Amino acid sequence: MEMRVKTNKLTMVQAVTDGLRTMLQKKEEVVLLGEDIGSNGGVFRATEGLMEEFGEERVMDTPLSEAGLMGTAIGMAINGMIPVAEIQFLGFIYPAYEQIATHATRIRMRTMGKYTVPMVIRAPYGAGIRAPEIHSDSAEALFTHMPGMKVVCPSTPYDAKGLLIASIEDPDPVLFLEPLRLYRAGKEEVPEGEYRVEIGKAARRREGSDVTLIAWGAMAAQASKAAEKLEQTGVSCEVIDLRTLYPLDKETIAESVQKTGRAVIVQEAHATGGLANDVMGVINDTSFLYLRAPITRVSGFDVPVPFFSLEEHYLPDTERIIQAVEKVIHY
Amino acid sequence: MENGFEMIQIMDENGNLVNEEFKSYISESLTKEMYEKMILVRTFDRKAISLQRQGRLGTYAPFEGQEAAQVGSASALKERDWLFPTYRDHAAAITFGHSLPHVLLYWNGRMEGCTVPSGKRIFPPAVPIATQLPHAAGAALAEKRRGTGNAAIVYFGDGATSEGDFHEGLNFASVFKSPVVFFNQNNHFAISVPIEKQMNSRTIAQKSVAYGIPGYRIDGNDIFAVYFYTKQALERARQGEGPTLLEAVTWRYGAHTTADDPKKYRNQEESLSKKRTIDPLLRLERYMKNEGIWEDDWANLVQKEAEEQIEGAVAEMEAFPPPDVNDLFDHVFAEPTWTIREQKEEYMNQIRGAGR
Ligand SMILES: Cc1ncc(C[n+]2csc(CCOP(=O)(O)OP(=O)(O)O)c2C)c(N)n1
Repeated sequence: MEMRVKTNKLTMVQAVTDGLRTMLQKKEEVVLLGEDIGSNGGVFRATEGLMEEFGEERVMDTPLSEAGLMGTAIGMAINGMIPVAEIQFLGFIYPAYEQIATHATRIRMRTMGKYTVPMVIRAPYGAGIRAPEIHSDSAEALFTHMPGMKVVCPSTPYDAKGLLIASIEDPDPVLFLEPLRLYRAGKEEVPEGEYRVEIGKAARRREGSDVTLIAWGAMAAQASKAAEKLEQTGVSCEVIDLRTLYPLDKETIAESVQKTGRAVIVQEAHATGGLANDVMGVINDTSFLYLRAPITRVSGFDVPVPFFSLEEHYLPDTERIIQAVEKVIHY
Repeated sequence: MENGFEMIQIMDENGNLVNEEFKSYISESLTKEMYEKMILVRTFDRKAISLQRQGRLGTYAPFEGQEAAQVGSASALKERDWLFPTYRDHAAAITFGHSLPHVLLYWNGRMEGCTVPSGKRIFPPAVPIATQLPHAAGAALAEKRRGTGNAAIVYFGDGATSEGDFHEGLNFASVFKSPVVFFNQNNHFAISVPIEKQMNSRTIAQKSVAYGIPGYRIDGNDIFAVYFYTKQALERARQGEGPTLLEAVTWRYGAHTTADDPKKYRNQEESLSKKRTIDPLLRLERYMKNEGIWEDDWANLVQKEAEEQIEGAVAEMEAFPPPDVNDLFDHVFAEPTWTIREQKEEYMNQIRGAGR
């Protein structure tokens, strides 16, 4: 007998709300906390209506202090609750960095597993929405460099809900990055109720044979756009959306690159020290002998994410991706 | 202890002086000057909102209702002092000599908006909450070490008092006796979070006790109270007596920024009634009428001149040359690193090729 799952057409931000609601309903231990998440419903409306539905004890507006918010969430997590802490914009996470880097990620190890931190940190991030300065940082590499925490970054509404549920159920701290540019970029059928998208698994967004494009977040969508254009010029691109940034899906990356023999990694973050370098390392380790051209990266520049008047120049666009692909094809 | 932090007024809501001590200092010219400045910034604020709605400006942070707090405090500064604003303190910055077109450029996503007229010591607006407080403590400390007699003022909201940087800034300044005035604008909300949910203490001024420095809770819509208490605090700073915490109690009528909807979290009736009762401009108008120094013709002229000045600023902002892509790369280091040099070269070749 075929099971019919009811679905709704949702934007990514609506899918996030749906995932939060599902888990608040399912588990009494789940609590949301953050700045303006209550009556305001979050500055992006990701928690809209949840305080009314679940009360102020489960959906908590906190004082304006990221360090306080994170430290409190850690304390709740070690003592039986499952906090989902919202950082209003990733660019404002730095005051909380100490709590994350020196506590959230190490408590399991320091107590040899006696205390654990099963919490999720949600943070909208990335450029391309003409936000004021500091609101557009792509600082994922600061967190993938930090053992003890998983880093997840959906690029579709379906994945956002499924990955969020998996993150809330994960026994370790998870940083859940929500690409601002994709929040309302489109709608997709999202199942009602519970389902999971496994953490640590990349998605193949497009089949291709000449080159593998690897990206995540808003750049996954950008890579697909470039692939479409390249198709018209006879270049067949496979597009891999990483979805989980730590730990990387080594197998999917290797399988694809071994098939195509070429790889272009696209990231919005600065080039130096960025995650693209780790992806390059994975390809080098797993697929060196299959390569027909050097692995190429398209990145944001090594400059602070600029004011919005220069944002379009900072962000990798389809043009820059196409040029990189042409370079590896004609190597 | 809390009784030590009752709200201080020099002029009440009806425009009557309630503190005779300052009477002799309140000249007609000072009064008119304050009014002119407040009209200028209010007109600016309204214009900026309308430009944003027309798509001629990016997201903007309005301050209407906080004019006395910003204009009064910044008017107390001396030429060589420092001003550390947040994203909402353009009125303070303008009062202290920032250029109107550049303030507009800032909100249009232009880095040039962070540059101020030469000689002005106005720091770029702090976007992360409370991070500017330790900077002000440090800049002021440098003035003290050089024995200049210059001081600094730093602006922040009620929400900022929850951040660690607030406490760290106050503590450092008090330990080192930095000549700095911590100027809080308590507009009762941090985006949607009302002050009751931000803190459990009744006043912000009382937080000064923890750092062993003076603190005053003043009526932030009373421009005389703001001006004279800031002046006193700056004087104290200049004499080497260290920092002061001022809490200016005020109210912002509009949205947090043009990107949000205050109806979701704030009683609009309350804002409207405050506009009719405690408004800083209306209050000064009442005072001037009580004193018999109000003239309708003069007030109309003041409004007209403010509008002209702002129209000029808008025209200047809009005639500004388009953003220069070089600026993306050229100011990150004194000498660009090879990474930036290579990235720039490659990108410039590409956009030249693409004819962009
Ligand atoms: C570190 C940090 N966290 C969050 C934000 C997002 N944010 C911008 S303004 C604001 C509220 C600030 O309230 P308050 O300090 O009272 O100043 P006001 O805006 O009322 O003038 C918040 C939460 C930020 N800019 N920086």
